Amino acid sequence: MIYFILISILLLLMIAASVYSIVQKDLLYAVMATGIISLILSILYFLLQAPDVALTEAAIGVALTTIIFVITIRNTVRMEEEGESKEKFKSAVK
Amino acid sequence: MKKVLVILLLAVLGYYTAVTFFDIGFGQPHFVAGVKPVKDIYLAKTVKPLTVSNAVTSIVVNFRGFDTLGEVTVLFLAVTVLGSVLYKKRHAVGERSVLFNASSIVTAGSKLLFPAIILLGAYVFIHGHLSPGGGFQGGVIIATGFLLMLLAYENYSVSHTALSIVESLAGITFAGVGLLGFMHGGTFLQNFLPAGVLNNLFSGGIIPIIYIAVGFKVAAELTGVIYTVLNEKGESNG
Repeated sequence: MIYFILISILLLLMIAASVYSIVQKDLLYAVMATGIISLILSILYFLLQAPDVALTEAAIGVALTTIIFVITIRNTVRMEEEGESKEKFKSAVK
Repeated sequence: MKKVLVILLLAVLGYYTAVTFFDIGFGQPHFVAGVKPVKDIYLAKTVKPLTVSNAVTSIVVNFRGFDTLGEVTVLFLAVTVLGSVLYKKRHAVGERSVLFNASSIVTAGSKLLFPAIILLGAYVFIHGHLSPGGGFQGGVIIATGFLLMLLAYENYSVSHTALSIVESLAGITFAGVGLLGFMHGGTFLQNFLPAGVLNNLFSGGIIPIIYIAVGFKVAAELTGVIYTVLNEKGESNG
């Protein structure tokens, strides 16, 4: 029972972090949220008795991917511009 | 009209995906009805002829060794393409851009942590056949150690020639061990070394050799990726 509650809390946290990373306009915070998703995912893998996958997820998802995204953000733009992206999306859909 | 077409195409795609997935018997002892489950054979062979404690490793390196070689090749291709795309710009810009210097606590702490991280990575891939983990995991842990040093020290640099030599040697070792299987009258990546005693460090035949090679290869490749990306300086506000 307590196992079920723990996994449910972790899954809810993952959903919350993913929603936050979508709506957040500051891309640095969004990347940190995706790092948190990977961290929780690696804990879940460990709870589901897959330590191999948990190790990979912790090293690649939390450390390497986040850092590469942070470097990319530093070299490009940090804030997401709303009007431009919406127009681009509309022109792409047409 | 266009939207209706898109929805129709998606519906067709979704229908066939759903049909395929409903045919697979998840949770049943027989994955596909009428076929003997392969997991029983793998698990039985892992303990008796192979004497490997970690069943995941025995499947990844022994039964599916050729797939692992393919994965390593995919990673190698990705790193090569990244390096070739960013090569020209790196030479044009030169120095790495630093927003602010790391504090003395960070530099001293990372100097202390770096050997421990490297040791952990080496442990993970040397003990790949005994404990959870393996070549990929250990290599990535070593790469994060180099990442820490690169972030803490702005003038810390990794030799690209050394990285490529390590990577090539590891790849040659993997393929060479695979080819040696032919010479011992088997197939590619055939296990030709004695299996040893269960839970010993020198057991499992060629699995430790292959995993050490994979560990070195992955570590060198990912360190190269981080170094290439870090030295890429932005034009607008870098």
